[in-house]
Amino acid sequence: MKQGYWILAVLLSHWRRHPLQLMTLMVGLISATALWSGVEALNQQARASYDRAAAVFGGSRTAMLVGQRSSSFSQQLFVDLRRAGWRVSPVVEGRVRVQGRPLRLLGIEPVTFPAQAGSIPAVGAPDLKSFITPPGEALVAPETLTALAGTEGAALRTDDGESLPPLKVHARLAPDVVVVDIGLAQSILHLQGRLSRLLVGNTRSRLPPLETVAGDMLRYVEADAGTDLEHLTDSFHLNLSAFGLLSFLVGLFIVYSAIGLAFEQRMPMFRTLRACGVSSRQLNGVLLIELLVLAIAGGLIGLACGYLIAAGLLPDVAASLQGLYGAQVSGALALRPEWWGAGLAMSAIGTLAASATSLLKVIRLPVLAAAQPYAWRQSQRRWLGWQGVTAAAMLLAAIIVLTLGDSLISGFAVLALLLLGAALALPVLLALVLRIGERSSRRPLVVWFWADSRQQLPALSLALMALLLALAVNVGVGTMVESFSKTFTAWLDGRLAADVYVNAMSEAEARDIEASLRARQEVTAILPSGRAEIEIGGRPVEILGLADHATYRDRWPLLESRPNAWGDLKSGEAAFVSEQLARRLKRRPGDRLDVGTPTGDWSLRIAAIYADYGNPKGQIAVNIDAFTTRFPDLPRTRLGLRVSPGKIAPLIDDMRKAFHLDESRLSNQSTLKMESKVIFNRTFAVTAALNTFTLGVAGVALLTSLLTLSHSRLPQLAPLWALGVTRRQLAGIEFLKTIFIAFITAMLALPLGLLVAWCLIAVVNVRAFGWRLPFHVFPLHLAELVVVAMLASLLAMLIPLLRLMRMPPAALIRIFSNER
Amino acid sequence: MSASPKISRRAFATGLAFFGFGRSASLAQNFAGLGGDASGFASVMPGKSFEFPRDHGPHPDYRVEWWYLTANLRDSTGNALGVQWTLFRQAIQPGPQREGWANQHVWMGHAAVTRADTHRYGETFARGGVGQSGVDAHPFHAWIDSWQMRGLDRMSAMNVAPLEVNASHEEFSYALRLEADKALVLQGEAGYSVKSERGQASYYYSQPHFTAAGIVTIDGRSANVTGQAWMDREWSSQPLAPDQTGWDWFSLHLETGEKLMLYRLRRTRGEPYLTGNWIGSDGQSVALSPKTAEMIPTATTDVAGRRLPTGWRIIIQDRGMTIDTVPLNPESWMGTRVSYWEGPVSFTGTHRGVGYLEMTGY
Repeated sequence: MKQGYWILAVLLSHWRRHPLQLMTLMVGLISATALWSGVEALNQQARASYDRAAAVFGGSRTAMLVGQRSSSFSQQLFVDLRRAGWRVSPVVEGRVRVQGRPLRLLGIEPVTFPAQAGSIPAVGAPDLKSFITPPGEALVAPETLTALAGTEGAALRTDDGESLPPLKVHARLAPDVVVVDIGLAQSILHLQGRLSRLLVGNTRSRLPPLETVAGDMLRYVEADAGTDLEHLTDSFHLNLSAFGLLSFLVGLFIVYSAIGLAFEQRMPMFRTLRACGVSSRQLNGVLLIELLVLAIAGGLIGLACGYLIAAGLLPDVAASLQGLYGAQVSGALALRPEWWGAGLAMSAIGTLAASATSLLKVIRLPVLAAAQPYAWRQSQRRWLGWQGVTAAAMLLAAIIVLTLGDSLISGFAVLALLLLGAALALPVLLALVLRIGERSSRRPLVVWFWADSRQQLPALSLALMALLLALAVNVGVGTMVESFSKTFTAWLDGRLAADVYVNAMSEAEARDIEASLRARQEVTAILPSGRAEIEIGGRPVEILGLADHATYRDRWPLLESRPNAWGDLKSGEAAFVSEQLARRLKRRPGDRLDVGTPTGDWSLRIAAIYADYGNPKGQIAVNIDAFTTRFPDLPRTRLGLRVSPGKIAPLIDDMRKAFHLDESRLSNQSTLKMESKVIFNRTFAVTAALNTFTLGVAGVALLTSLLTLSHSRLPQLAPLWALGVTRRQLAGIEFLKTIFIAFITAMLALPLGLLVAWCLIAVVNVRAFGWRLPFHVFPLHLAELVVVAMLASLLAMLIPLLRLMRMPPAALIRIFSNER
Repeated sequence: MSASPKISRRAFATGLAFFGFGRSASLAQNFAGLGGDASGFASVMPGKSFEFPRDHGPHPDYRVEWWYLTANLRDSTGNALGVQWTLFRQAIQPGPQREGWANQHVWMGHAAVTRADTHRYGETFARGGVGQSGVDAHPFHAWIDSWQMRGLDRMSAMNVAPLEVNASHEEFSYALRLEADKALVLQGEAGYSVKSERGQASYYYSQPHFTAAGIVTIDGRSANVTGQAWMDREWSSQPLAPDQTGWDWFSLHLETGEKLMLYRLRRTRGEPYLTGNWIGSDGQSVALSPKTAEMIPTATTDVAGRRLPTGWRIIIQDRGMTIDTVPLNPESWMGTRVSYWEGPVSFTGTHRGVGYLEMTGY
């Protein structure tokens, strides 16, 4: 034990003598852990919020029945439907104010609440009893409890004087929602005997038609007609995760190079320790402990930094998710124990992985062999050959996996193989370029310049690989995001072609609205539309009815079409199919598609394929008249309006007054579009921030490599100085060399980055979501990145260069005489 | 205590299961909490005079109550099948019934069909007070959702017949018409059924004399069926002793026209409490002497991760009876929130016939 302590003390003395090396190692560990855990914290926060939202909505995942004519309907309909075999559960909903704070009050019935609708009803036996028997309970999220300055068990009053049951925290609820038993909610909201909606549980039973039980009082709303948060936000989180993992890898490169150097420099020390009688097992054990201590220390600081990063980015992330997908993400970062555990584990495992080769070398260290510091660099030439072979094998494997695999996992494997293969190939390619430079030079100093660059290459290669990866992924992800942004804008214009959308309560009201609109000059077109849910291949598919109008003809985002596609659509014989569905069914324009409808099978020819980004469900579009013939029972309540520019706002005001249409039934597309774009920009703000972070980490990698090199390179520079090259000249040569190497790396990163972007767009996205974005190259973005990379290298060079320029001649003489 | 989450109608009777809404831990707590405390509810006392049709209806002063029907049927090709229809009522708080959603009764329906190779079941729940579920004594009507048991015109209150009963779930449905030419039977001592030496008891009567005919559809295939059926009615506030862990319960139709109701209550320590009634072909019900009856497991089946005694030898010395029962389908597991084994059996030996076996708390 005591011996172990002394060994550790000896080992640690190295770090005391090389604080810069220790700092390098810590920077690597901290940046690896910080970015990874920061992103992870954001993802966890978002996912937890979706679960909570799903628990409350109980609507996005569950089909619903809602009032056809008004926002509430008689409770007797619930009983009638249950008695007819419908597995429905009642919900009453309204707004209340407590202490001036607006809250959403939900009344649920836990005994019939469908299991798939969320977590609220999973009230255990004692909970159920206290929930449904007087005085009942008001379930709220922890944030809401804090905001109301209440304690559990406190009974609050609404600002209207109604008393709420005692508060109880339910961690999985969304903020600003209060859940109480249905009877209590009815009395608080003055809706005795009334319901807001009925949740429809999953069932395979044959049910009597809704109309035979409820007449035309209720309308069926398919599950998921709005959004499925998890599906929709997948791409967003994928993006974040990719960045987190990348930063982690780049950080590990730094750790790898720092540990490699430290082990090499300590070889004589290890040999001496072994010669003093320390067993190999003891030495390795202590080395392992040393590494773990460093990993945990670095990991803890990294986690703290990760928390700060996550907290800093959360407002932007939350705003993007809220705006893009309507997903409420709670603003207070809640960290779970798993997060801490996973962060430390990642740090420890990463450190061990990065030091595996070095450790193995120590294990095999012969006691009597002369320790040869820097031997690793001398044998690098052999390594270079091996690395080249490995790189080629990896790139070949990437091509094989790309052609053979068709799963998402294989898509990611292609990406990983491509990046690793390219990173390994980098030193080989750089060596090649430098050799060509050397061959084509005559002047001695220039030849030395090339030769010295090559000599320096092995030591720099890890940092350069990190730079290459960071740049390539930046290019790749940047290109994907910009492509998406560009496509999204055009696509939004196409899909939200009408100026105003109306969804009437009933067919009669829709006809009234239509009649009143016909009288108005500024309404240039009234476009009825329809929507129904069908099944194709056992999976739900939306079917849209589109009016035959220039609005759609000019703007609908067709990807591929047959000649006269719109004409075919009008005939009712043809359909447009969304890209996701076409891919899933492996159909192309010209193929046939059979659709089951209430009036029998409908055989359609596929006239075109259109983009439907972000929709997890398949979709087909047909002509509205043909749609109405095939789905005669569906009320025609949806209208799209084209309105003369500038007349939209007054029209909406008038309609709102005349027909009491709220925002969910009457929407102005230009506002919606503008909001979407603002939100998209915020999303990219997050991506840009993460991009900068990764590039920063790569810069740090370069800096640390140059710093550790600058010491060991002096013996090579001293003779030149002795031959008459000034320190200023030497510094200039060093500067040119590094900039040149970094520049070549950046230039290699550009094609690699575009390849990564192609992989993301054409392989990963397609396999993950079923749609493919058009591939755009953004030269300005690429140029910008090269400049940033150059600046990062410049910054990294600054300290070593200044040090060289200011080195006293005496020091150089000493090195010259010592080393020769 | 591990038995507590797997309890059924008899254990449900203590109010401890609360329809399985909780997890095992909370059930275990409930076992200690609710099992011993029935205060506020009416007590079951000997010497009650039953009154029909009033007693076909609910008894809200008592904590728990059920309407329970099992039928042993055959289709037109002679294949045996079984049908179960059950409605449970439980009060979660004592006191007069409150109106609307404030009503403190919770209802649970179970339905099942069993063939030699298939067992399908379904369950549903309802709150009292709004009409989703309930029971009217006259005209007799018990319902939950679309499942119901209804007295037909001119229903005899003493025979509880004619009745129609139906239920449907995702994979099955059935509709039966029940007739009876004999009157219902009071179980235990004139309807007072003792469940332990410590005096836990319930009010208990049965109509074991039903003949049944109707249609059973399983997985889309319909069959015309005929056979016999047995209805149990029981209510109590605390019929189980705290140390009783489960039941093995038989209702048997003998080919002679006689009926046997027999069960044993297992407990954590000591001998099971065994009791039953012999119902003669004249309809006379006589309580069995526990000392003369024996129930011995002879075969076990592993189902739903449990080992259950699905084969039994039943010996009743007074009646010269020694029979061996075999299940129609040994995997008749009711994987409902409150889970148990319930399925048709047939028996041979000194007597032959069919019946139903229910096993809880395994």
